[in-house]
Amino acid sequence: MKKNIILPGISLLLSILVLSSCKKNTGPDPNQTGQLKISFDNRAGSSPISLNGPSYTNAAGESFTVSMLNYYISNIALRNIDGSVYTLPADDSYFLIKESDESTQTLQISVPEGDYSEISFLIGVDSLKSTRPVSERTGVLDPTGAAQGMYWTWNSGYIFVKMEGESPQAPLDTNSNSNRIRYHIGGFGGYSSPAPNNLRRVTLSFNGTAAEVRNDKPKAPNVHIEADVLKMFSGGAQISFAASPTVMGGPVASSIADNYRSMFRVDHVHND
Amino acid sequence: MCITIKRLLPATLLLMLVVSCSKKDSVPGFEGFRKPSHFPEPAYAMQGNPVTEAGFLLGRSLFYDGRLSRDGSISCGSCHVQYSAFSHHGHDVSHGIDDKLGTRNAPALQNLAWYTSYFWDGGVHNLDLVPVAPIENPVEMDETTANVLSKLQSDANYKRLSKKAFGSEELSGQRMLQAMAQFMSMMISAGSRYDHYVNGETSVYSQDEKEGLELFRVKCASCHSEPLFTDNSFRNNGIVSNDPGRYAISFDPADKGRFKVPSLRNVQYTAPYMHNGSIGTLEDVLQHYRSGIHSASQPDPQLQNGIDMSSEEMGKIIQFLYTLSDPAFLKNELLSEQ
Repeated sequence: MKKNIILPGISLLLSILVLSSCKKNTGPDPNQTGQLKISFDNRAGSSPISLNGPSYTNAAGESFTVSMLNYYISNIALRNIDGSVYTLPADDSYFLIKESDESTQTLQISVPEGDYSEISFLIGVDSLKSTRPVSERTGVLDPTGAAQGMYWTWNSGYIFVKMEGESPQAPLDTNSNSNRIRYHIGGFGGYSSPAPNNLRRVTLSFNGTAAEVRNDKPKAPNVHIEADVLKMFSGGAQISFAASPTVMGGPVASSIADNYRSMFRVDHVHND
Repeated sequence: MCITIKRLLPATLLLMLVVSCSKKDSVPGFEGFRKPSHFPEPAYAMQGNPVTEAGFLLGRSLFYDGRLSRDGSISCGSCHVQYSAFSHHGHDVSHGIDDKLGTRNAPALQNLAWYTSYFWDGGVHNLDLVPVAPIENPVEMDETTANVLSKLQSDANYKRLSKKAFGSEELSGQRMLQAMAQFMSMMISAGSRYDHYVNGETSVYSQDEKEGLELFRVKCASCHSEPLFTDNSFRNNGIVSNDPGRYAISFDPADKGRFKVPSLRNVQYTAPYMHNGSIGTLEDVLQHYRSGIHSASQPDPQLQNGIDMSSEEMGKIIQFLYTLSDPAFLKNELLSEQ
């Protein structure tokens, strides 16, 4: 009789233990680290960007081609569905996305296990980093190396977004004998006195699909972000290639910065 | 006899090589960076890039190396000549690569570790990042820093100095810039008669020079403040010019035509004057401040009505300005091309 009670009791206890430990295994452990991929797909409206390829049309009705599209992403933070926010360590948080180099278009970052539903990042290189001595400017921030072409030597600072191409509506540039368009947007706010600040923070929802980061997953979840170059030139102020073929500072640059805040959106999240 | 020479020759050559190597790699009595006692603390974070003998020598070699330019023709020293306090004496604007002309006067280089910004418009705010501006300027050196590095990385001299200074032979961009900052921070001019005077040797000044200093303190020192003779600010001094100046950096309309107040140390040697080298003599500079301010160019409020001074007072101020000359700085072999 006693035996009969004990046995089912033990098996019940065991099954509770097994079940609870199973549950523990599937849930995220914030003390474990997993991998997360973030891919940037550059587009012009619904078309993927192809360098020196087909023509696209901006909101002003002007056609253009793209020969270069580079931008800095930094200070990445991820919001967990439990409401907590994980901010990437500052030194691991600078990325230079180049349309010409596919290997730069997918970032892989180490983050605590969790279900993430929102990403936030800065377009550009924050003012603190922009004023550090050269010893702290490594990797994509090295003005003598990887940041070449993305750094203003005469006005110390990074170019946050650099887009170049041609548009038949742009005036003929006699130096290059082409109808070139050039948008070099930077400016971290000035070192000792105020100057234009074209840093913009972007916050994007994953639209209901959480990225499930787990240490033991064979494949890291991948957040696919679309960057629509057309939106650099519309949204707030409409930018015309005819009127502003070259912008490297000043009020038009700030208008473009206001526009590029809205050029990113999460298209989808792959969990496996 | 012949045999002796033959035997001795290799040994002699080896000895010569060793001697020349050690000469290149060390400076007798090198003391590193020493702040003059009457100077404030430097603006540059010296502790982040402490001056070492090897780092300084590496920086000096780079400063005088034409390979920093596209075709090897222009070094930093081409437009920053020591005998004119590292300015380009006699040039209103400098000619860089392919004899292309710049738009501004090459300023004197001295006491750079105390400046809070560099270039006439202050566009560069850290001494480390100064060299990349002329290297990449199309009318100065017209080169990329990455390409400079690829040209220099195989140089045995640089490999050796890089190892001594930074621990390995690789001349990275970071090391190149740090070494150049070390050299530039050592360009200290603090040995003029003025320096002796303010350090207590009052007998070095004549009566006129003393009066000149007092006049200077009343009429000029609100911008050219002692002991560096600049307050590091940006001001419009009423020169007719199309140059936007500081505005190109800040996009603040008030900054149109504003330029960094230059130091007046060694001003005797750095003619012509002003951001565009448009005034040739100190007499004409003072004349400009007395009665030549271009009122339509939004001059600094302090200059709106000119600086009131008599011709006699101007003469004494100029006599005082000559006491800012530091001939030992101009001849300091430590800073010279070797």
